Amino acid sequence: MSTFIDGLSLGSIYALIALGYTMVYGIAKMLNFAHGDIIMVGSYAILTTLALNGHPLIAILAAIIVCTVLGVLIEKLAYKPLRGASPLAVLITAIGVSYLLQSVAQLIFGAQTRPISLVHFEPVVIGGVTISLSAIISLAVGALIMICLTLFIKFTKLGRAMIAVSEDRAAAKLMGINVNMIIMVTFAIGSALAAFASTFYVMQIPNTSPTLGSMPGIKAFTAAVIGGIGSIPGAMLGGVLMGVVEKISLSIPVLAPYTTALEFSLLIIILLVKPTGLLGKKRREKV
Amino acid sequence: MSEKYMLETQDLGISFGGLKAVQGIDLKIRKNQLYGLIGPNGAGKTTIFNLITGVYTPTTGRFFLDGEDLTGKKQEVINHKGIARTFQNIRLFNNMTVVSNVMVGLHNQKEFACSPFASMLRLPVHFESETKMRDRAKELLSIFGLEDERNNLACNLPYGKQRKLEIARALATNPKLLLLDEPAAGMNPNETEELMNTVRFIRDKFDMTILLIEHDLKFVSGLCDEVTVLNFGTSLYHGEVEKALHDPEVVKAYIGK
Repeated sequence: MSTFIDGLSLGSIYALIALGYTMVYGIAKMLNFAHGDIIMVGSYAILTTLALNGHPLIAILAAIIVCTVLGVLIEKLAYKPLRGASPLAVLITAIGVSYLLQSVAQLIFGAQTRPISLVHFEPVVIGGVTISLSAIISLAVGALIMICLTLFIKFTKLGRAMIAVSEDRAAAKLMGINVNMIIMVTFAIGSALAAFASTFYVMQIPNTSPTLGSMPGIKAFTAAVIGGIGSIPGAMLGGVLMGVVEKISLSIPVLAPYTTALEFSLLIIILLVKPTGLLGKKRREKV
Repeated sequence: MSEKYMLETQDLGISFGGLKAVQGIDLKIRKNQLYGLIGPNGAGKTTIFNLITGVYTPTTGRFFLDGEDLTGKKQEVINHKGIARTFQNIRLFNNMTVVSNVMVGLHNQKEFACSPFASMLRLPVHFESETKMRDRAKELLSIFGLEDERNNLACNLPYGKQRKLEIARALATNPKLLLLDEPAAGMNPNETEELMNTVRFIRDKFDMTILLIEHDLKFVSGLCDEVTVLNFGTSLYHGEVEKALHDPEVVKAYIGK
């Protein structure tokens, strides 16, 4: 039971990151492989604020601001000039940005793993089950954020414009939508979500290093593809699925060493059965 | 350049590489006019639409909307200035509802302004602007008899209704000039007749200037005051519709010698 809750909470972290991948893919039609490294930057923002004797809440706020600004800057400087270029060029740029962020972090903070003590919660016992409080918090806040995001996209003007751009960018432009602005907002939202993911991540695993973002980044990307890339509910489902599978597999001694392999096999199996991902939409070919 | 034209193009043209796709187009469309653009396949009709909506940047010439030079402006800016269009191959936002499609068109109008922060905090102004937008969208849909379809997905509408929805969406952006690219394509004679009435109604109710591309000559002659006939990217004739159909050059372009 507590394994399951841990899984859900890790899953909500993956889901938050996967949302960033899937939204950027859906709207800007690109895979932002630097997304995982935004999480790493967020963790260093938290580390730095705490080192300056900042309150943990201020540290979280700092992470959100730093990540959002960074996301928008990356889009402006690296991706916007490539709008309309071949997808491969954009993809390689994204990988380049990812390495750039890692290297800069290594230059500033060094390559060693550093501890972060953001908050420490005692585990609580509910009905005979020991559950870590940080797991419950990340699960609850993660769920809340996802509900807000869904409402935002479904029921606001900006959200509607975002869907319109993802449906047909050229037509959206001709309907008077400023596509560059929408893409910028998408990056801002995605990066802010990454900051939350970063917060929950260091709450559960209290240390950071310049490569902190790569593994959760890749797993969340896998989650987004499992759920059907471009689909927001799909990213949430995929993320939670990945988290639960990971924690359950880790709790079974025979499977534990093969956990990562198992997670990525899950991707292969699901794509074999349903190539568009669990909730992905089929693109109908026009005759 | 004189002020009395809603749309004026001067020597408008574009080349792709060495190929002059369209050249020397001088359109003069007065306010409130129903103007037709006809010509054989590949004559450059849709290219002209793409030029005056900013999809392509003209390589020669300029165009003016209501006296304002819009040459080289971005697509969304041109739309804000007052040119809206429909597409030859329908391009709706397929996985959005009918009413949302129209609301996307309303997106940039000041009367529905609401900051994203107000939306996020769910302030009353957010709900007010949403309700106003929804009402306006319903009003536009009712012109086309689509109000009962408003909660269906756009891709589930029958073809004729999709065409109408595209016009409603374009109207939602509050244009001065409406460009219709083959609005009657794929419609049966009854639907075509009905569409002609709708186009007239739009012209009168919104005081609209309409430029349309159409292959159905009955549709054009029944509707338009004036036409320009294109062939191989240049203008072959412009003037009254009836005379166009008897012009020897036009007849030659359409059915050969």
